[in-house]
Amino acid sequence: MKTKLYDIAHSRAGDKGNTLTLSLIPYKPEYYPILCSQVTVASVKQHLNDIVSGEIIRYELPNLPALHFVCKQALLGGVTTSLAMDTHGKSLSFALLEMEIEVNI
Amino acid sequence: MKHKIRIGCGAGFSGDRLEPALILAERGELDYLVLECLAERTIALAQKRKLQDATKGYDLLLERRMHSLLPLIRKNNIRLITNMGAANPIAAAETICQIARQLHLDIIVAAVTGDDILPLLSGNENSIETGESLHTSGKLISANAYLGADALLPALATDAHIIITGRVADPSLFVAPLVHSFGWSLDDTERIGQATVIGHLMECAGQLTGGYFADPGKKDIPDFANLGHPFVDVWENGTAIFSKVQGTGGTISLATAKEQLLYEVMDPSQYFTPDVIADFTGVHLTQTETNQIQVVGGKGQQKPETLKVSVGYAAGFIGEGEISYAGNNALQRAQLAGETIRQRLSSSFSDIRIDYIGSTSVHRTSFGHHPDPYEIRLRVAAKASTSIQAALVGEEVEALYTNGPAGGGGARKYIHDVVGIVSTLIPRTQVQSTISLYQS
Repeated sequence: MKTKLYDIAHSRAGDKGNTLTLSLIPYKPEYYPILCSQVTVASVKQHLNDIVSGEIIRYELPNLPALHFVCKQALLGGVTTSLAMDTHGKSLSFALLEMEIEVNI
Repeated sequence: MKHKIRIGCGAGFSGDRLEPALILAERGELDYLVLECLAERTIALAQKRKLQDATKGYDLLLERRMHSLLPLIRKNNIRLITNMGAANPIAAAETICQIARQLHLDIIVAAVTGDDILPLLSGNENSIETGESLHTSGKLISANAYLGADALLPALATDAHIIITGRVADPSLFVAPLVHSFGWSLDDTERIGQATVIGHLMECAGQLTGGYFADPGKKDIPDFANLGHPFVDVWENGTAIFSKVQGTGGTISLATAKEQLLYEVMDPSQYFTPDVIADFTGVHLTQTETNQIQVVGGKGQQKPETLKVSVGYAAGFIGEGEISYAGNNALQRAQLAGETIRQRLSSSFSDIRIDYIGSTSVHRTSFGHHPDPYEIRLRVAAKASTSIQAALVGEEVEALYTNGPAGGGGARKYIHDVVGIVSTLIPRTQVQSTISLYQS
């Protein structure tokens, strides 16, 4: 069954210069392995193709549990000089949560 | 030596609400109140104010916050730690003393300086972001090294009621009172790592209690309008319990804490501060009661040999204009307006941004949602080297009233004087912090 990440996880966006950070936190810890297997660097890169032009790094935090994505060249130059509406990219957590994955629950 | 101390965070950015800090000071039973009010660009803007008037350059809300807070922190014997000194901690300290005299309060203020290292820079240092020398970005306005907890400790060792600083790493505002209270060694990477986790969770204030979190129907937050800010109880072994004042709005839960723990983190195993390279990968969160979580397991490696320096530069101007379209064919009329503007401005600007607010303006795409919007606001922005050139953007958008598609309304135009930020590194041995005491 196709499910949006929005239905099973939450996220907060942060910024450092031109780099966007996106946490991805399952509402239930049992969803964490599904996120690990399906929300990969490659699938996020494809999903955020219109937003992130640089490298994406994924960190796994089984202690929380949560995933954390660090996306380079994602903020049109960064908060201080960008021409974008949302210069910090604060709204972009909900861009990640638009991604669909295959879940059997 | 104290067994446990309580620190509240009453502001997470320069424009934050005032009321939560007053509630913390009044009813929070705090030992320390921290106000974190300095974003990357705030200090460069403050430096510009200081250049125009040597008695200014501190936080614009300093007077308002202090008028309300000083009586409370004296009454309840709370020490206040804040970076509201911005570009001028000395003038801020003098201003606080003046306010205290008006209120007939005895106050000692310690100002921490030494973060302003603009005179030390030649401009030939490399920018971390661009890889090129700093001066290629533009005329340098400010350069402030991120001081650490060590810069605050001499101030905490005095009788000062208030410690006011310029640029200090945000978590260090919390690390310093913990080190001071428990006598931890600054080389104890485990304690300082845990203290940095505590500071990182606290530094954005309302972002731990349900702010920047709420999503109706999915992540509901009770009594949101009265969102309270957090406090933390820390024991000598580093164990921390986060909570908020009874009766305030908001929530502290595992979910809010997880979001804040990872906020703006570039590598959870190596979070660089002047005090330590903190490691969040062993952090363990437990919900102990409603609106109460325990945090243990922060660790770290030895602090870096260099300090990060935030450098502000003059980045020219941005001109901006907006106009709305509504009803049938609104998006198509907005798009006709946008393309028309692009043609009219193309000879004057190399980089023009056209956004359709209500459709694709913040995500730059819409992930398959394509409902026909009832109304759309066109926004045009472009960079310029002078304010006169920047003004052309808004003027051209406004001219859509009589030279654009049908039904354009609500035109607005703006000019922004842009301060850019880049950063560089400096050996910590080159940065000397100093404290000065002021008394009301």
